[in-house]
This record gives sequence, structure tokens and C-alpha cells, in this order.
Amino acid sequence: MNPRVVLASSGLMMLPSALQGEPSMAYQRTFGPAVDPITRLGWGLGIISLSVIVIIGALLLGGIFRKRSTIPAAELPQPTARDDAGGMAWIYIGTGTTVLILIGCVVWTLLVTAAVAEPAGAREMTVEVTASQWWWSLRYDNQNPGQIFNTANEIHIPVGRPVRFELSSADVIHSFWVPQLAGKMDVIPGQTNVAWMQADKAGVYRGQCAAFCGPQHAHMALLVVAETPEAFAAWREGQVTESVMPATDEAHHGQLIFETHCAPCHTIRGVTPAGIRGPDLTHLMTRRTLAAGLLPNTPENLTGWIASPQFFKPGAHMPDHILSGPELIAVAAYLHTLN
Amino acid sequence: MATIETHRTPVIARAADGSATSQKLQRTWDGKPGLGGWLSTVDHKEIGKRYIVTAFIFLLIGGLEALAMRVQLARPNQTLLTPEQYNQLFTMHGVTMIFLYALPVLSGFSNYLWPLLLGSRDMAFPRLNALSYWVFLFAGIFLYCSFPLGKAPNDGWFNYVPYASLAYNPGPNIDVYALGMVLLGISTTVGSINFVVTLARTRAPGMSLNRVPILVWGTVTASVGNLFAVPAVSLAFFLLWMDRQAGAHFFDSTAGGQPLLWQHLFWMFGHPWVYAIVLPAMGIVSDGLPVLCRRPLVGYTAVALSTVTTMVLGFGVWVHHMFATGLPILSLSYFSAASMTIVIPSAVAVFAWIATIWTGRPVFTTAFLFFTGFVLLFVIGGVSGFMTAAVPVDWQLTRTYFVVAHLHYVIIGINVFPVVGGIYFWFPKATGRLMNEAFGKWTFWVMFIGFNVAFFPMHILGLLGMPRRTYTYADNLGWGTPNLIVTIGAFVFGLGIMLFLVNAFVSLRHGRPAGPNPWDASSLEWSTSSPPPVYNFAVIPMVASRYPLWENRLDDGPDRSSVGTGLVLDKERETIGTSVLDAEPDVILKMPGDSYLPLLVAVAMTAVFTCMLLHSWWGAGIAAVATFLGSVGWLWPRRALAQIET
Repeated sequence: MNPRVVLASSGLMMLPSALQGEPSMAYQRTFGPAVDPITRLGWGLGIISLSVIVIIGALLLGGIFRKRSTIPAAELPQPTARDDAGGMAWIYIGTGTTVLILIGCVVWTLLVTAAVAEPAGAREMTVEVTASQWWWSLRYDNQNPGQIFNTANEIHIPVGRPVRFELSSADVIHSFWVPQLAGKMDVIPGQTNVAWMQADKAGVYRGQCAAFCGPQHAHMALLVVAETPEAFAAWREGQVTESVMPATDEAHHGQLIFETHCAPCHTIRGVTPAGIRGPDLTHLMTRRTLAAGLLPNTPENLTGWIASPQFFKPGAHMPDHILSGPELIAVAAYLHTLN
Repeated sequence: MATIETHRTPVIARAADGSATSQKLQRTWDGKPGLGGWLSTVDHKEIGKRYIVTAFIFLLIGGLEALAMRVQLARPNQTLLTPEQYNQLFTMHGVTMIFLYALPVLSGFSNYLWPLLLGSRDMAFPRLNALSYWVFLFAGIFLYCSFPLGKAPNDGWFNYVPYASLAYNPGPNIDVYALGMVLLGISTTVGSINFVVTLARTRAPGMSLNRVPILVWGTVTASVGNLFAVPAVSLAFFLLWMDRQAGAHFFDSTAGGQPLLWQHLFWMFGHPWVYAIVLPAMGIVSDGLPVLCRRPLVGYTAVALSTVTTMVLGFGVWVHHMFATGLPILSLSYFSAASMTIVIPSAVAVFAWIATIWTGRPVFTTAFLFFTGFVLLFVIGGVSGFMTAAVPVDWQLTRTYFVVAHLHYVIIGINVFPVVGGIYFWFPKATGRLMNEAFGKWTFWVMFIGFNVAFFPMHILGLLGMPRRTYTYADNLGWGTPNLIVTIGAFVFGLGIMLFLVNAFVSLRHGRPAGPNPWDASSLEWSTSSPPPVYNFAVIPMVASRYPLWENRLDDGPDRSSVGTGLVLDKERETIGTSVLDAEPDVILKMPGDSYLPLLVAVAMTAVFTCMLLHSWWGAGIAAVATFLGSVGWLWPRRALAQIET
């Protein structure tokens, strides 16, 4: 039977609709070899589990209603010692069956664990992910130092290639999770955990920090954009370039304000100082979202976010800046040049 | 000065309530009247009831916290609570339910019932029993002391470092939690010791180890488990407190410490603890359900052994809380397989209950509904646990609402439902009055439906990828509708709890008088009057089988227990001490009278921790000396308490 039919018929109707449309966190359908065997195992164990619930429920109801009519109301029947042997058969058969199913499940689980531990082919690309309260810093490694670059919160990967992720934390424990491409891997200070994923289908996949990490744990999302190798190469070429000097006076004014107010924490390559407490903004306008997946990257949202990060993300480490209206517009104009 | 009695053979005689013997016992065992008596009592029945009432007050507080969170999460992007408020609420909700409700309520049941089940007059260490209650109460208040200031613990009940370290959490929040947990650990430890010794030494003559009720097996298993598990968590919290207050670096990776050390220590405690808060509740069902099925439990020995086995296995599975921490695959595979084997003893218990229902003649009381409902919830919570035991599947499920659903099926399904059923079952024993059955059945259905509406959709939220511990969520991820359903269910479940409490309050005054044995049950507590006299049994019964009150009707071999006729022990406060395995009488235990010392020691101990929280080192020293002096006074040898050989 189609597993989705089973699940839907057991009352989980809202699942299929959630599988379509915008980037989703649902993982009933997955898109890569790091996770597909897990998905099949999850369906298998889930169906076994639902079956157990149904069978036990039926046995309980059967046991309750079988003798019900023979009992005189409001009178306790005499206790009887019925032969325990008949009862013990329940335990022997029930537990025996359980053990057989269980052994099968353990073997399947261990096989899947081994299957997804490492990719079949070599991992040709490494992304270093540094998790911070409450965003993701990304560094694309390369043997050619000129090809190394930093970005944040939006990971681009080529379709069909296994990608290696080296996970480290700048502060507390986080957990790196893009459910449609791989299971979770915690990001723990003092150690570098390694994960891998591969997208077999182009698309935008959503991820989110899964380990409680403080007040804005709810707003620590990321996107994985899987694209054709050609599109990925073009994106990479764009990312390694430095920013260009703004053309308009307003944007130039904005850059000066940025250097005073923003650059102590944010890097824009070619601009000093180049702080690293916040996300690298060199190519901010190529990203789909702001504030670690919280807001779509639109001009209004960008201006609003700069004006009051604490309104959108209370507790975030970016303070509300006291910029005048014109200053705000100038900074936004400057940031809009960062393609 | 009178000579010291060292040897006496107790008389075997018949004595009922109202006899000269019982009147003498009443004078000997009665506590002081008024507030003084209330503060100094060591009667296990009083302490048991206090445990249950206190635990239910904490349950209500934790429930209100949950409802506040559910309102916040009912719709996407709500701002009723600030992130920090939400974090304190979910932390205190977990701390309250797990530490201040779930175990204490079972301690209450066992404190109340054990001596009655075992045919004894009190726990082995009555004053220690009082100490354990007072310390629990004070630790609960201590854990809440910073809540009104908006500085409650805020890192979840498992309190992972480094978010719990001073660098990221500079307020008093985590210090309150750390010190409060060490204090609470003292209560758990002394309580556990008391249960273990009580089982070993104070059973009625003839109640060999294979004749004790399953509740006793559950509680003693939990107690032994706690004695091994609690030191790990007390140590972990002490090390954390040292990190925060003394600049130690046990968990600080920037100075060679190890954040994962916390997780190992916490879960070495945490997983056995989960079994400690369910095994006694499973025992409640294993004892209550057969009475209502009008037959003995099927597979007593198998169920007793499965209880112990679950706890033993429970010490070897803690890493399944850490599957995503980057440990080696080989190690994960071991812990995955070990976790799955826990299904086996659980299956034994489930099929024993089902067989008991099938081969018995069920009586549809409210307690029966709760016990049977429990079996289904146990299975749902069990299979979701089985799914998370599979390492790779857990990489998806862990830290999502699927786990929240699982743990609530386990803790509410396996703890709250048996507890409420157990109260319907034993309420007449403790109060002399029956709770209202018709109202009770309505209560069951409101609770059962509300519970499932609240918690089943959480599985779906988890499968839709919603992480737990998020104070809000976006509206485009499909999480809105299930969250709204969950919130509605939570309020219905809360209503069910309120209906239950109303029933209990009203029945306390207006319930139908119960008589000694309203369910025609089989164990010793039903042989004494309802409520039981302060001395429990006028004479200590002598036990010859597992079901002393059903022997004639079960045709259970030639031996007969002797309940109305037994050992007369009416000089001072006395009960019989028996051997560990076969319960052969060997000493007359002299029991201590009421005393203020447990309360005073508990106050002094709490003062130590309060002063540590306030950095008043001199105060802490003085309070520690007071604790020590109180203990010396307590332990000072007294001839009146010398044991008498039989």
C-alpha cells in the first residue's frame, strides 16, 4: 500500500498540502541520498507503529466489551483464579511477536545508519558553517585562496554533488538541520562536527536551528539553494568579487554611515573596518531573506530591519541604531548596490 | 530507671478496632493536636497525603504555564509573550512537571500505601520520611523564588551548557536551578533509601518478596534507580555552579572543558529518571486493574521482572538523547539497539494487562477507564519512543514537536492517567468516602479526548518540521492549524483536570461512605477501616499468599493468611521487622514518635542553599552548622528506640 495513503487515512490529512509550494520543513518527501534511506525507514517504522496502536486498541476494546453484558450492574463479580496458563499465552505470543518485529527493525535501522553515514562518492566541496546567536556564517573553501569567500544564511550547492559541511559554533550549542536534505547535526563549541548532503533536485530547501540556543532560537533559519552546476558556478563567481564603489552620491553617503555604524560588526569586502560579529554583507542583495530567514529581502523590509532589529527579533545582538530618516535611506540605498 | 527490654516474643491474638488493644494503640500513636502536631507528625499517611496535595498544586502551576504557552502558539507570529518570558515558562513547566509533580506524586502514593500494603505501621524511617517531604516542599519553593522577579531558570529542564554558563546567562536564573536541584536531590535520595529499607525490613510476617504488590516492585525499582541516578545530576549541577561562581571550567570549551560532559551526566540521570516516574505508576495499574477485572494479575512474576529489567536497561541508553551530537556511528548503533530492547519488557507488561482484561470480568468503574486508557496511551508513547530510538530517524525527529508529543504521552499517559485512576481507586481508603462515579466517567472522557486532541497533532507538527522551544513560528510552514488544534485540546484537558479536582473536593465531604473494602480488593490495605486508624493495623497480619483477602475464593492452595488475628505489638510505638527474602520476623522495631527535628533540619538545609544563592558565605556556614547539630540531635542514640529480638 502507498505509505501516504496509510498516513492520510489515519488522520494526518494536512501532510500532502504542506509538501508543495514554498520552502517547507516537512520531511515526508526528501531529495537526496543523505536522507532518502532515512525517510523510507521513518515511513516503515511509522506504519509499524500505527499498526501496533490499532492492534492493541482493538485488543483492549475486544477485551472490555466481550464480557460486558454478563455483568450485573452495580454488583462486583466474585474474583476468580482462572487458569493463568491461558493468560500467559498472551504474554508469550505477544512478546514473541514483538521481539521478531523488533529484531527486523534493529537490523534495518543499523543498515540505514551505515548507508547514510558517508556519501557514496567523494565530497568535492566543503562549506564551513559557523553558527552564532542567531544566524549562520558560511565560508566556501577552495584550494585556490582567491576563490574562498564568506556569506551568510543562504547556502548554494550544485545539484547531484555531495557537499561536506564542517560545523562549528561561535557561542552556544546549535543544531544544523535542513530536513529535506539531511538529518540534524549539532553544532557544539569546542568541536567540529561533520555533515554532508546532496540535493538530487534543484530547488530552495529550508533549514532551521533545532537546538535551543536562547531568546531568538525561533528565528534562526537558513536556506539551501540547489541549482545546476552552471548556475552554481555563476553564483560562486559573483560571490568572490569585491564590492564596487557606489555610483550615486546618496549611496556614497550611505557607505560612510555604514563605515561608522555598521562596519564594526559587518564585513563588506573592500570597506573598512570589516567586523565579523554579524553576517558578511558583501553580496547582500543576492540573498532571498534577511535576519536568518525571518524576512523576505525586500527594500521595505531592509529599511525596517535596519531601523529596528529589536522590533523584529527582540534580543538579537544587533542594536536599534538611532539613524535619522535621511541617514536610514542613504544606508539602504548603499546596501541596495551590493549585488 | 527501668531495665532495657532486649527480648520478647510477641503474643498472637485477635483484635479489632474498638478493642482494648486498639484503644491503647490509638493513645500511643496519636499525634499532638493542632499546629504542633501538624508540623511534627511522622505518620506516613499524613506525609503521603501532603506529597500528593503538594504535587497537585505544582501540577496546576505547571499546567497554567503550559496554557500561557499554548495561547502564544495558537496562531503564528503572536507577541503575547516575550521570547524570554516564553523561555522561562517552558523551562519552569518542564522543571515543575518532571521534578515537582511526577515523582513526588508517586512518592505520595507509595508513602501512603506502602505500610498498608505491607501490613506494617509506618515506613522504616518515619522521621526521614518527614524530612524528605519538607525538603521537597522547600526545594519546590526555592526553584520558584526567582519566578516573580522574572529571573526564573530559562534554559529548558535539561539546561544545556554553554547557554547555561555565566557568559551567556549572567543572571541568577541558572544558579536557582542548580542549587534547587541539588537540594531536591537530597529529598529524593533520603526518600529512596527509606523505600528500599522499608521493603527489606518491614513487611508483615510471611509476605515473602514474591508476594508484594507490583506497586511495591515499581517503587523500589524506581528508588534503587534514583540512588544510582541522582548523584550524576547533583554532581552535574554542582560542577555547573562551580563553573558559574568559582570560575571552574568543567564545561567551558574555551578553557579545555567539555560541553558534552554536561549532556552525559545529565542523561545518565535523566533517562533512568524517566523510568522512576513511570514504573510506580505502572505498578498502580498492575495492582488496581486486576481487582477491577475480578482476577489476579496475569503473569505477576513476568511483570515484576519486566519492571526491574526496564530500569536496568534504562541505565544503558542515555546516549539516545544525544544521537545528533556527532558521536561515532558505532557507539550510536549500540545505544540505538539497546534503546529498542526496552520494547521487550514493555511488551510483557502490556500483554499482561490485556490478558488480565481478556480473562477477567471487567467492572466499568472510573478507575477502570483510567487504567485501560492508560494502556493505550502507554502503547502510543511507547511506539513513538521506539521510532526515536532508531538513530537515523531520530536525526529527523529529535528536538521537534514529535519528541514533545512522545514525552507527553509518556509522562501524562503513563503517570497522570494511572495517578488519577489510582486516586479514584484509593480515595475511599484514604477518606472513607467514594468519589462520584458518574461524574468520574465524564471526567475521564473529557481528559482522554482533551489529551489526545492536544498531543496527537504534536506528532504531526514534528513531522512537519517544527522545532520545539520556539516562542513563535512563521505562517507559511503549515504549522498554524495543528497548533490551533493543540491549544484547544490543551484547554479541554485542563478542564478535565479541574473536573477531577472538583469531584475530589466535593466527595471529601459528600461522597458515599465506602466501608473498608468497596472494590472487594485483595490486598492488606483493604482489611483495615477506611480511613485507616493512625496505627494502621490493630494486630500485625500474617500473610500466606499474594492475595490475602481473596484466598478462600481463589482456592489458592491450603495456606491461609491471618488478618484479624496477628501479632500484638502495643507497648510504645512498635512494628515488626522481618527478614529480607522470606519475611520471617526477627525483631520488634521501636518506632520514633513525632518530632520537630525533620522540619528544623529541612529549614536549616534550605537556609544553606539560600545563603549560597545570595553569596552569603557566613550565613551558609552557620546554616550548615545548624544542619549538622540538628542531625546530631536526631541521631543521638536513645535506649527507647533499641530493637528487641523476638
